[in-house]
Amino acid sequence: MARRVKLDNYVVPEAPRLGARGWLRWVWRQVTSMRVALILLLLLGVAAIPGSVLPQRPRNLSAVLTYLAEHPKAGPLLDRLGLFDVFGSAWFTAIYLLLFASLIGCIVPRTIAHTRALGDPPAAAPNSLARYQVRGEVRVTDGAAAIARVRIALRPAGWLSLTGKAAYRIRVDERVVKGRGQVALAAESGRLREWGNLAFHLALVGILTCIGLGAFLTYRGQAIVVEGDTFTNAVVSYDSFSAGRGFSPETLEPFTLTLDSFGADFSAAGRATDFRANVTLDEPSGAQREAVIRVNKPLGVDGASVYLQGNGYAPSLTVRDSTGAVALSGPVPFLPKDAAYTSTGVLKVPDVTTGPQIGIRATLLPTAPSGIDSPVSLAPQPLNPVIVFQVWTGDLGLDSGIPQNVYALDDARLSPVRGADGRPAVLAIAPGETLELPDGLGSITWAALPRFAAFDIRADPTLPWLLASAILALAGLSASLFGPQRRVWVVASTESGTTVVTAAALGPDHDEGLPSLVERLIAAASD
Amino acid sequence: MDPQNISVAALYGAAALYAIALVASSVRLARVADAKAAGAEVPPHDRASGIAGATVNVGLILHAVGLVARGIDAGHVPWSTMYEFTITFSFAAMVAYVVVRRVRDAAWLGPAVTGMATVALGLALAVLYREATTLQPALQSAWLAIHVSVATTATGVLSVAFLATLIQLARASRDRGSRIFTRREWRRLETAPAPKTLEALAFRLNAVGFILWTFTVIAGAIWAEHAWGRYWGWDPKEIWSFVVWVIYAAYLHARTTQGWQGRRSSVLALAGFAAIILNFTLVNLVFQGLHSYAGV
Repeated sequence: MARRVKLDNYVVPEAPRLGARGWLRWVWRQVTSMRVALILLLLLGVAAIPGSVLPQRPRNLSAVLTYLAEHPKAGPLLDRLGLFDVFGSAWFTAIYLLLFASLIGCIVPRTIAHTRALGDPPAAAPNSLARYQVRGEVRVTDGAAAIARVRIALRPAGWLSLTGKAAYRIRVDERVVKGRGQVALAAESGRLREWGNLAFHLALVGILTCIGLGAFLTYRGQAIVVEGDTFTNAVVSYDSFSAGRGFSPETLEPFTLTLDSFGADFSAAGRATDFRANVTLDEPSGAQREAVIRVNKPLGVDGASVYLQGNGYAPSLTVRDSTGAVALSGPVPFLPKDAAYTSTGVLKVPDVTTGPQIGIRATLLPTAPSGIDSPVSLAPQPLNPVIVFQVWTGDLGLDSGIPQNVYALDDARLSPVRGADGRPAVLAIAPGETLELPDGLGSITWAALPRFAAFDIRADPTLPWLLASAILALAGLSASLFGPQRRVWVVASTESGTTVVTAAALGPDHDEGLPSLVERLIAAASD
Repeated sequence: MDPQNISVAALYGAAALYAIALVASSVRLARVADAKAAGAEVPPHDRASGIAGATVNVGLILHAVGLVARGIDAGHVPWSTMYEFTITFSFAAMVAYVVVRRVRDAAWLGPAVTGMATVALGLALAVLYREATTLQPALQSAWLAIHVSVATTATGVLSVAFLATLIQLARASRDRGSRIFTRREWRRLETAPAPKTLEALAFRLNAVGFILWTFTVIAGAIWAEHAWGRYWGWDPKEIWSFVVWVIYAAYLHARTTQGWQGRRSSVLALAGFAAIILNFTLVNLVFQGLHSYAGV
């Protein structure tokens, strides 16, 4: 009986000591065992679920902040556990890295073994086929001739024969077993299955490598471009920009993209049916081309792709201060809040000649209802555009040096301009109008209503490799699940002048073709 | 009649026929089970089996008519909303069942599959129904036809595998003498093959479903790369598709792992299908994500 070996086994002097290397080997064996792989797989599935239940920082930061504010007790605890960034958390990473360690530890030795065994013939047929369930027997006159006929019968049929490859690897032995002369044929198929299995798992490693490498080399940026404006591909022109550590900004191709016009079609019910950004692309080489970017049709530029991710209105507004000097002028992107493009925007006017700074919080209604009591647009198209706004004065807080959100007005040190009734005054303006601001602050002019397009520009050099890995995974998976895997033995045994051919076949449980295969081989062996 | 009315009428007709097939195939299975218990000869065909076969065939034709008419009505492939997904996936399940029946005697699957199709169509028409609309720009892609059709087919195939696994576990439970499944109303289980054979069939279906699901995820990633500018962003739908994939992958590994064969791995297959249902219901209706247009 084996003695139980404890970790600290010095108390049992004669027990074999594992030592550091032994323990490492034991741990490695555990990690690469199927049972541990299975548990890790299930853990990976379970660990992913919180990512769908709780808001996640990389996808929706504001939802996370709202959640934290609403759950002052549970929130910080969940945050410390990394549950607001499950897929970047240490424990999720630990699970998939262990899983891939397990996978590699399992696949590499198998790949080596299979490569070595490439030319090997299958193992010889067992002496007795009695223990196999799928079996057949027939008496023949000449054992060797019968086996030769079986060999022909095992050749691939149908279109497989065109490939010129044998369906089975075959060996034939002539031997003497317990005084009986035997001609024993052993055939094996199943290489495709095993190679498919290995290819699938290696492809998974390829996918993970591409994802990791992609995160290292990629860059992505968002830019809002108003009709008529031009975007230059440089880090400073992006509204937001992020890149992997392996990316150097100098490698950004300095192309320019001009949004000539933006088309938006809607159905009668107000559902979007088509968005198209008509752009002109100027490449550094001097080449110029026109293109249309749609939601499902990104524009490829020098390894990067330009995706159409959003759109909205950017009314051209001019604000003059109390002296009549232009304090702000140009299109201001408004962010759509609903399907009818009720959009909100903010104007910050710090550079006034005299007096306090001005801030404007505005709502654009592309199709305003007749009364503007409820500032909600009726339709997405600009049929009756109106901007409803409130004016604030004071300190915009721009001098603090902290970068501000351009779409939000920090009213900590601002006070609303009030109307005669003492309530914050609500003003409305239509295109082409100029409106005097209250309290002699100046005026505002609305000249035009161009649209803007929100572009995502992204480059990930690993994409072709990722696609290749994914296709290899799918092909390998199909082969490993549906490639045939059979072992067939046909033994012609001669005893006192009588020759009996016995055939047996072995395959996975679901393989229902075995009996008919054996039948076919027996028929082939018969005289 | 316009395509909209034709579609709805045809689908109601299909649901009614599947319901009749459910009753007829149950009657037939009970008869076969009784005859088996009495050691009597079972006629290969009787009126019940004839009705079951005919109603399934005509039901499938009506089901197909309903789908095509919906597609004509909407002007695009009919699988962009929960309603459309449900009527399409139940069609895929019925086709998978008919294919299995052609290859082998799978009459024992009849009541389960026709029952599921009846419930799915009924739910779709009564609860999930929405009038056809135009496609929003994000869905205007050839990948809608590819990605979602394979997803529905995978769901259909996996649903049949799920039912076969349920029958396998019930049958195994009956063989072990469980109190519930040895009751008289469960005698129809006797018409199903032995648990081991059932497991082999469920495995084949699950394997086909897993390959299709893998393709669904890959195609979805390619489409996401085109439409959203990233191939994977852990959107709730992506998370649950991943969870489904991982559970079925665990199931396939468990089948070949010592101590996990048989019932334990079958339970994993059931969990995989439960995740598919959650992915379809909970994720569409509760969680906010980029796939939210797939909601009602």
